[in-house]
Amino acid sequence: MVKSMRIRSKLRINRVSRFAEVCIHLIVGGFALACIIPFIFITIIAFTSADSLRLVGYSFFPVEWSLTSFQAAFDLGDTLWRSFLNSIIVTGVGTFISVLITILYAYGLFRRDLPFKKFFAFFIFFTMLFGGGLVPTVVTIRNLLNLGDTYAAMIVPMLLAPFHVIIMRTFFKTSIPESLIECASLDGSSEFRTLFTIVIPLAKPGIATVALLTAIGYWNDWFNAMLFVRERTLFPLQYLLMEMQLNIEFLRRNIATIGAANINLANLPSEGLRMALAVIIVVPIALAYPFFQRFIISGLTIGAIKE
Amino acid sequence: MKIFSSKNRRKLALLLMMLPGAAWLLLLRYVPMAGIVMAFQEYRPHPPNPTIFNNIRHSRFIGLDNFRFIFFGDRAWNMIRNTLVYNAVFIVLTTVFAIALAICVSELGKKFISKLYQTLMFFPFFISWVVASYFVFAFLDPTFGVLSDVRMWYLDPTGWPVILTASHLWKNLGFTCIIYVAAIAGIDQGMYEAAAIDGAPKWRQVWSITIPSIKPMIIIMFIMAVGRIFNADFGLFWQIPMNMGPLQRVTEVFDTYVFRIMQLPVPGAVGIATAAGLFQGVIGFICIMIANTIVRKVDNENAMF
Repeated sequence: MVKSMRIRSKLRINRVSRFAEVCIHLIVGGFALACIIPFIFITIIAFTSADSLRLVGYSFFPVEWSLTSFQAAFDLGDTLWRSFLNSIIVTGVGTFISVLITILYAYGLFRRDLPFKKFFAFFIFFTMLFGGGLVPTVVTIRNLLNLGDTYAAMIVPMLLAPFHVIIMRTFFKTSIPESLIECASLDGSSEFRTLFTIVIPLAKPGIATVALLTAIGYWNDWFNAMLFVRERTLFPLQYLLMEMQLNIEFLRRNIATIGAANINLANLPSEGLRMALAVIIVVPIALAYPFFQRFIISGLTIGAIKE
Repeated sequence: MKIFSSKNRRKLALLLMMLPGAAWLLLLRYVPMAGIVMAFQEYRPHPPNPTIFNNIRHSRFIGLDNFRFIFFGDRAWNMIRNTLVYNAVFIVLTTVFAIALAICVSELGKKFISKLYQTLMFFPFFISWVVASYFVFAFLDPTFGVLSDVRMWYLDPTGWPVILTASHLWKNLGFTCIIYVAAIAGIDQGMYEAAAIDGAPKWRQVWSITIPSIKPMIIIMFIMAVGRIFNADFGLFWQIPMNMGPLQRVTEVFDTYVFRIMQLPVPGAVGIATAAGLFQGVIGFICIMIANTIVRKVDNENAMF
């Protein structure tokens, strides 16, 4: 017995001891669990009945399960579906245009024979160092471009990110040999044709990375809706949830002045309903991201390399 | 004839590709820079025809008066202190914990369980602050929350520095850790084997091989973070405290402050908010430049530009 253990420990060349390995599992596993538990918790809350909430509050072990919170969420009807649709439109259209612009700009920067290449590189990277600040940007979008209360107000501000251009250009550099482009050009292929039929198919993993980062950015955005959208029918999901919270806080704070009698508390969106809405927002991401996280990791690692 | 030579046509095609991006940058990044002029004005709408040009043309120039307002009173210094202290704490804790976690994860090898841990750790990166604020709410809600008996969390500033720091780490630690894991995976395994044969214990290998190998990356991430020390994460400081007034003393940071001033229904607020944003931008620019210069002096290869 002792002998076999000794042999086994010799086989474990340059591995940490059993005790250390247990410790590592406790530390890393503990943190990994902490990352996911809040989501599990609000999912449980969303499935808890109102009676159970009154009895034991939010709990991992509710006294009674129920679907009423989700029922209430779906009873929002048009409000919910419209916001869902808005989120999908903004995410879909925004991601498509954004990826296209990013590819074009990054491809130009990648090509050695781009005229004024230094200028174009400076033109985008300088915006990482300095900007006009929040107010001038808001004034430009709202008053100069007149994008208030449109889908464009939620799409245009996030169309181009210097970081995504860096990822894309680095990807071109590492995966597209320049001789390939020269060959295509000698064979008489136009620049646009070379880009769309030769370069883009080769750069698919890099494009996937940028597309996913962009899509997540659009899906999770509430900031532009908060700044530019007052029209309720244009609210994306994130802002719908945020606005419910704001309304409730507003009523609570002003309950003395408005008079409690004028507010029907039962009509306020309940905690359960809002938790259910949060779950509905996260579910598409939670289902999809284990499949695409590989792309994002490789993309981020590439982007972090300085060239 | 020569203008339409195939070489020029190719250059034109490449320039055409730059057009959409360049136009966007011009309109959304460089035109607003011209709006900085509002920082030196008592900006107000021009009633007959309040277009942005008329407003700016007819607003009175007041020199640096707007900047005086930013630093007027305790609230301003308080929010500057909050911004700097929170960011400093975030940078130190994220760097240390992420590297420690990354080393631990790397020790687990390529097993399924290690992939599972990484997938779980990455999850918060995909969650918006709006949703994350409900995660926190589930614990702190005054009526049903798990910790509701301890105190009225949303009315009492005590404990919020810890809550905000924990929220920041929750969202960013896993993501940063995974970047370091990828960097550690790129280290030549032969070095570890050689060290093991020479009898170097594990901690010694980490100290003498792992850390020096990922040092360039640590430095770059550190510099980028320090360069942004005046820029707070708006979502964290706006959503997690759910914009509760009594908490502002410990939750107000530069970005939320600018936003709050901008929303004030007071004439001149726009000018003051622009001035505050400009101050933040200029200081941020100086910070990045200084950080980059220091790196270049110490270790030229790791400078960003």
